[in-house]
Amino acid sequence: MSALIVLAVALPLGAAGIAAAFSGRPPVQRVVSVVALGATLVTNATLLGVVRREGTQVVHLGGWEPPVGISMVADPFAMMLAVVGSVVVLAVLLYAIGQPGTVDEARFFHPAYLILAAGVSSSFLAGDLFNLFVSFEVMLGASYVLITLGGRADQVRHGMTYVVINLLASTLFLTAVGLVYAATGTVHLADLVARLDTVPDGLRMALGMLLLVAFGIKAAIFPLFSWLPDSYPTAATPITAVFAGLLTKVGVYAIVRTQTLLFADTSGPSPLLLTMAVLTMVVGVLGAMSQNDIKRILSFHIVSQIGYMLMGLGLLTVTGLAAAAFYMVHHILVKGSLFLVGGLVEHAAGSAALHRLGGLVRRTPVLAALFGVAAMGLAGLPPSSGFVAKLSLADAGLAEGQGLVVGVSLAVSVLTLFSMTKVWTGAFWGLPPEQEAGGVTAAVPALRRTPRTMLLATAALVATTVAVAAGAAPLWDLSVEAARALDAGAYVQAVLP
Amino acid sequence: MIWTHALLVGVLFAAGTYLLLQRSLTRIVLGLGLLGHGANMLLVAAGGLPGPAPIVGEDPATVADPMPQALALTAIVITFGLTVLILALAHRSWQVTGDDEVPDDLEDRRVAREGGDEEVA
Repeated sequence: MSALIVLAVALPLGAAGIAAAFSGRPPVQRVVSVVALGATLVTNATLLGVVRREGTQVVHLGGWEPPVGISMVADPFAMMLAVVGSVVVLAVLLYAIGQPGTVDEARFFHPAYLILAAGVSSSFLAGDLFNLFVSFEVMLGASYVLITLGGRADQVRHGMTYVVINLLASTLFLTAVGLVYAATGTVHLADLVARLDTVPDGLRMALGMLLLVAFGIKAAIFPLFSWLPDSYPTAATPITAVFAGLLTKVGVYAIVRTQTLLFADTSGPSPLLLTMAVLTMVVGVLGAMSQNDIKRILSFHIVSQIGYMLMGLGLLTVTGLAAAAFYMVHHILVKGSLFLVGGLVEHAAGSAALHRLGGLVRRTPVLAALFGVAAMGLAGLPPSSGFVAKLSLADAGLAEGQGLVVGVSLAVSVLTLFSMTKVWTGAFWGLPPEQEAGGVTAAVPALRRTPRTMLLATAALVATTVAVAAGAAPLWDLSVEAARALDAGAYVQAVLP
Repeated sequence: MIWTHALLVGVLFAAGTYLLLQRSLTRIVLGLGLLGHGANMLLVAAGGLPGPAPIVGEDPATVADPMPQALALTAIVITFGLTVLILALAHRSWQVTGDDEVPDDLEDRRVAREGGDEEVA
């Protein structure tokens, strides 16, 4: 089974090399990318099945035993995110291929995109801190290329913010790795669990905080989020969609992994994480309410939603972590779908600014339906996947007596619903703007036809969010399994037998 | 020995942070470079005191720790690649805007203007 773990990273990485060799020939690159990412999805899904049947799988690369060698660890939490991640990556790739005359034809889109996919897989599977750092850099390096792919002035301006902030976070991460090694003599996660127990409490806390800040910047938690709504909306739609769905969630994954494994305080919920969770939710949603462009609204909602995942982590109970895991799966799919639908609206109507849209429900009922389903998921209306995610989170919070936090999270859901309603009334209801402003004589520009591949890719992704709602019970069982495997004792036993 | 290392890392981080806060992209790039060097020196310092090369036959108690050096080598390669990338970005920024100053964000300026009564420069 060890071959599968390596394949999950090697497939997209190898394909990136092939795609780079065929740069300038998009048709070949498309075939290579679709085959590679499809195969990665199958690999990850198979691996998830194996992990569920036989428990956590581990590979020691090159046969070097830990703590000397590099381990790759496939546990249920990592694998469920890896599977969902590969679904989004594949759907967005199809969308990008279907979009005429844009990113997909740039020379380095396909290689960079495949490297990004490999970096994401590798981050989920990393079994030591330094390998996690390298995986992050692989992923981010590719993302720097993708976010500035067009080379337009605004892309360079906002892409530069993104690159500089992330490089700073990476430097902090590397510093933390160095300090962890100085304090314990290892960077292997499973080995660290025991060795950190011998480190004085103050030093241990400092190391935990340094890692939290480094990952917090990447995950865009309060107060480290301001780069995200600034830079995400300027990139091309498929790129924003995959960043929005996946990249910040890899940061959240790293926070969950390190905080549960290395710095877990088992005495109860963590006040620090819960406070940050609440502030992230509230500030994010307030930002979203004040925006008037679909992409910017959605970008602020990413920040707000990260708060919910942090809340599940902050509870530090099995149900809390399971709710966070479920929430991440739901969020990756819903956020990816919403950005793709937003991109379709922009493509059809020529703008994503709400005051230039209107009356789309009559003109493109299909887009309206897709947006409606995904927006319900984001706001958490029953029977969507968001409802199940928020219900389980509230349940877990109340079980720990965190009534205030649960109350705020529910209030933020209402505000999220308000913000989604604003998009709905602005873009889909009402009259097209020209008619409203200029009287009956002004002609409404016709909508551009939506290419079928783009529409199908978006519909497929929206369908997966419905599938999450329909299959909530088995997915919840998987989330609980994942949360149990996050326990430090279970992890060490699986990795260091 | 460890004190010179600590001092060097401190100076590199301080200078890097100072340059990072400047408006010119060239300085920001140099600042990131210095920060990267600081982090790499810290990795080397994390290996403890210097000693003979860790080859079979040497006394394991006295040899230098090879692990952080391997980590630092990897990190240097990564820093190098990314520095080249942001240099290219800075060059592109110079091509499209004519200088390498980071411009104000229009939205920020608007908010600052509407934000009202306090004196905004």
